[in-house]
Amino acid sequence: MNRYTVAVLVRNQFGVLNRVTSMFRRRQFNISTLTVSETETNEYSRITVVFDGEENYKQQLINQLYKLPDICSIKELTVENSLCSELMLIKMENNPSTREDIRAAAQAFGATIMEYSKDSIVFQLTGDSRKIDDFINLMRDYTILEICRTGIVSLERGSTTIRKVTNL
Amino acid sequence: MLLSGADIIVKTLIEQGCDVVFGYPGGQIIHVYDSLYKYSDELQHVLTAHEQGAVHAADGYARSTGKPGVVFATSGPGATNLVTGIATAFLDSVPLIAITGNVPNHQIGTDSFQEIDITGITLPITKHNYFVGSVEDLADTIREAFRLAISGRPGPVLVDIPKDVQIAKCEYEPEEAVTPDEPFAAKEIRISQAAECINECERPFIYFGGGLITSGAKDEMLQLADRIDAPLGCSMMGLSGVPTDHPRFLGMQGMHGHYACSTAMHNADCIIALGARFNDRVTGNRTKFAPKAKIVHIDVDGSELSKNLSDAHGLRGDLKQTLLKLLPLIKESKHPEWQTKIEGFKAVELANSDRREGLTPKNAIMALNRKLCPSTPVCTDVGQHQMWAAQYVNCKAPRRFISSGGLGTMGFGLGAAIGAAYGTGERSVLITGDGSFGMCLNELATAVTYNVPVVILLMNNGVLGMVRQWQTLFFDKHYSNTVLDRKTDFVSLARAFGAEGEKATTVEELEKALVNAFAANGPYLIDCTIDKDEFVLPMLPPGGSMDDIITKVGE
Repeated sequence: MNRYTVAVLVRNQFGVLNRVTSMFRRRQFNISTLTVSETETNEYSRITVVFDGEENYKQQLINQLYKLPDICSIKELTVENSLCSELMLIKMENNPSTREDIRAAAQAFGATIMEYSKDSIVFQLTGDSRKIDDFINLMRDYTILEICRTGIVSLERGSTTIRKVTNL
Repeated sequence: MLLSGADIIVKTLIEQGCDVVFGYPGGQIIHVYDSLYKYSDELQHVLTAHEQGAVHAADGYARSTGKPGVVFATSGPGATNLVTGIATAFLDSVPLIAITGNVPNHQIGTDSFQEIDITGITLPITKHNYFVGSVEDLADTIREAFRLAISGRPGPVLVDIPKDVQIAKCEYEPEEAVTPDEPFAAKEIRISQAAECINECERPFIYFGGGLITSGAKDEMLQLADRIDAPLGCSMMGLSGVPTDHPRFLGMQGMHGHYACSTAMHNADCIIALGARFNDRVTGNRTKFAPKAKIVHIDVDGSELSKNLSDAHGLRGDLKQTLLKLLPLIKESKHPEWQTKIEGFKAVELANSDRREGLTPKNAIMALNRKLCPSTPVCTDVGQHQMWAAQYVNCKAPRRFISSGGLGTMGFGLGAAIGAAYGTGERSVLITGDGSFGMCLNELATAVTYNVPVVILLMNNGVLGMVRQWQTLFFDKHYSNTVLDRKTDFVSLARAFGAEGEKATTVEELEKALVNAFAANGPYLIDCTIDKDEFVLPMLPPGGSMDDIITKVGE
């Protein structure tokens, strides 16, 4: 099993996300993370899909995406050719006995405090998924109240853009 | 010119070359029907008995002509009644435009009367669909729907139009009919690799599907076959792609395919697949399928290339264009040993062939064959009769064998036969069974009303034969709910609808009935008695391989 990241440029119209996820569902593609956002132009939205599988599975997913008329271009993003990042908010229980350990760990990871109250602390952490996973694992020794992650966003290194890719 | 949305719909269809629409009116598409009234000189509308009949008719029209079929339905139940027909077209890559009315924009999402989310419902069974929220987008959306339906791998497109958009007015200027998008061209390097693979092989086999007919690549394929001395076989969707009596043609492949064809494919060392998709009904057990063969697979849809089999050489591109580029790289070769083997397979097939006298399924279809013109479209429903038709109908020209392959839709045939008669201007033939015919026989009313000449060969065995065959072979003859034992008198039924018909219990009666049927001015039903224990053979059990082939049924 490999982990793949695929960036997809789609027409910015209502229902497009539904068309994409409906295809994933009916063909039973299992997606790890999926993010959707506006882009540099009103015309397009950008979807970043992360999933695990074999080469053939990836190829089939990309080929099936290509058949949707709303898809403009698709690019596979690898560790070598791209930059990836994710954002997490994590709400920890705030109690005097663990407070200092939690803050020290957060500091070591470069997490920032978003909110500090009598009973809870909310940290924000950005970085690659591995770093975020590590931080969560560390926090499991304490009381995690809530976690929310955005999923991966990714751009290619250098001046190349997805809009220059027309097909595979 | 300033037109209403409803007028724009009709004018845009005319501009796109549509000459007939099949459909059924209703409250949310009533304005479009008013425009049909206005433009009835330019666009014919065929009112069916049920929306399902209309969509199958549009499908039959499309399959017989290659042009998109068009169907109208109202919102709610009108739209949902199209679903089976749209799915049928989707699975067989048939260009189809479904236009549905919907409740006005301001009522969308309020569960108002006869409101249904038809774009949501048809999402997985259309190439694409549209909800047209404003009249300004209407003409261009319909044009885009036509372009999508005919480009690349064809398929159905649905356009849902709320009532207020049909009423609103906007400027309309006619445009030229759209043309298909330039198909993807296969990469040169892939083509030369494929050529190398073909040039090296000793036992080539060409396997074609519906894509051959869509692409119009028959001549290029025959050139390739001659150059490499290869036999031809097809999937059910490929039938009529080459004439049945072509000397290189071994027939249909797969679960109920011809023995020589399946055996040749199994023994080949190179399978050249053209516009076919290695469906489970073709391959059986994929791990045991054609074990010695390298595969060259050409398809316009890239997602087919590694979906069902891992291909040695996948070429994404239009079939005709790709073959034209491939042909100059192919060396002329002869394979006498392979041809001798194939002659052996044919001899086995012949030895096992059904030579019984009397009104057997084969003899019934042979009698029909004697009446067919090269241009007669032959449509089928789904079940045993469909496989007998696929095995025995003598096809002479492309687009003249019309059958629901991918979805296997019982009830498809009568609507399709009506559509095919409109598409070709010819008398059409429907081969059906009592099970399938019972599903959508209400369209007899349509055929009678519009005087559509359809010869209906009803192979009546009183059972749901295909399921019963499985029950015989795999379920210890537990005939659960497959014995119809109905008291329907199909000839009287045809007469009640205003059609003609007669019963045939012998080959002689059938021949006489066929003479009457082919002279009739309108639909003519022949109730042809078939024994309930007739089997479709050979048969590869589901998930089986060539080792498991059943050619005879023991006592």
